[in-house]
Amino acid sequence: MKKYSVFAVAREAMRHHTGWTRAWRDAAPKKKYDVIIIGAGGHGLATAYYLGKNFGITNVAILEKGWLGGGNTGRNTTIIRSNYLQDPSAAIYEKSRSLYETMSQDLNYNVMFSPRGVIMLAQTEHEVRGYKRTAHANNLQGVSTEFIGPEKVKQLVPIINIDGPRYPVLGGLWQARGGTARHDAVAWGYARACSDMGMDVIQKCEVTGIRQSGGKVTGVSTNKGDIDCDKLGMVVAGHSGHLADMAGFRLPIESVSLQALVSEPIKPCMDVVVMANTVHGYMSQSDKGEMVIGGGTDGYNNYTQRGSFHHIEETVRALIETFPMVSRLKMLRQWGGIVDVTGDRSPILSKTPVEGVFVNCGWGTGGFKAIPGSGWAMAELMAKGRSPLTDAFGLNRFVEGRFIDESVAAGVAH
Amino acid sequence: MLTIHCPNCGITAEETEFHAGGEAHLKRFGPGSSDAEFESYLFMRDNPKGVHFERWRHNNGCGKWFHVARDTTTLEVFGSYSAQTTEPPQDILDVITDRHPDWTQGRNA
Repeated sequence: MKKYSVFAVAREAMRHHTGWTRAWRDAAPKKKYDVIIIGAGGHGLATAYYLGKNFGITNVAILEKGWLGGGNTGRNTTIIRSNYLQDPSAAIYEKSRSLYETMSQDLNYNVMFSPRGVIMLAQTEHEVRGYKRTAHANNLQGVSTEFIGPEKVKQLVPIINIDGPRYPVLGGLWQARGGTARHDAVAWGYARACSDMGMDVIQKCEVTGIRQSGGKVTGVSTNKGDIDCDKLGMVVAGHSGHLADMAGFRLPIESVSLQALVSEPIKPCMDVVVMANTVHGYMSQSDKGEMVIGGGTDGYNNYTQRGSFHHIEETVRALIETFPMVSRLKMLRQWGGIVDVTGDRSPILSKTPVEGVFVNCGWGTGGFKAIPGSGWAMAELMAKGRSPLTDAFGLNRFVEGRFIDESVAAGVAH
Repeated sequence: MLTIHCPNCGITAEETEFHAGGEAHLKRFGPGSSDAEFESYLFMRDNPKGVHFERWRHNNGCGKWFHVARDTTTLEVFGSYSAQTTEPPQDILDVITDRHPDWTQGRNA
């Protein structure tokens, strides 16, 4: 792999950019791998990357039924934050946020991490109390957040209307080191690093069955033939239940559609991320100038990657009340992604009833922020059989009633 | 946008009149059942890619619960039926098998 640097750019400029090579190999499957990861989105690629980097396991294939990063990795609104309430969540999300800080250097790939700050608006008395509690919890967990008053919100976001008639802004939970990153680049950067370690990223390879013998996984069947493995990681978000069904067990997950939309590009007007959970809307401005807007989930199970129009309508109506200037914006695109939602709104990183099969799913509406931390923890779980970051997120928490309730931090908005 | 029929009051309306209530035909396990049965009843879901039997409530109408058979990959609604049953009625199953001849019922249903 050629290192990307200012010298490489200068060198290629001298020879009309003829020397750039593919960032990763388009591999064909081998007969057998030590580890197969299903799903070449951010979480799957990060898992493979840390298996290689932290544990030296490089005989790895990452199977993707579509194209690299074409699922939720390319559909989210790229928000990164770690202001969760419970200790296990704070640990894994803060690990993740801290890995984002150096990701561009670690991967030698510019993921455009922009720690511009994230505000979660408190627009009801309940939210004020909830976010004050979260800020106190975060201080104990070593996550830097603070509760700020409406004047500070107005100072950070001049275009906001803080005294709207229905939902006045009563304050906000402010995480100064939260922000955004370029989601495609995260997938591409990890894929390039994985490929460089000798791993195979295999696109258009759909898993059709999971082969087992004596309660232990032996491999997968795919549309490109059977592939053997010793360990299997399922990291497929919305389709986790579908894959679990192939392996013969069920998950406490339901898949629903979450929608987002972007406006036409306008001049810079908002340099932080603003989330308004009460009214189900959140917004940031991309480097291209588009307003990136996320909405709520549908209430019903859905695998179609599109959602109901009335959710878009509700989101936009609420945003116009909070940001009156967006009322004249034209919207360019709208889309949906299939998110895997658990009962306590916390992820599942766990062993499964089938020996050698591990799941990483249930990130629901907010998986992008967790990509590096999730990969780090999942790799340790797969390599060593347990990880301090994943202990609390096992499937057994549903039997034991040991939930990690994040409905305030993750109920809707991300 | 789904169009749903309420078998309780006979009105056909778009989905904003209704509220989805999750998987239908769950068998209830309470005191005396095993941990696995209780966990399965409370949390485990088929979450199928395809035909899904689910509960809906006519929130902005008669306020009553009923069941709907729907395809989660096409959003096609096969039909609605009373919630006072433990399994989907034959006429609904006929509609589904007419559309998907090789379909078989999942575990919870």
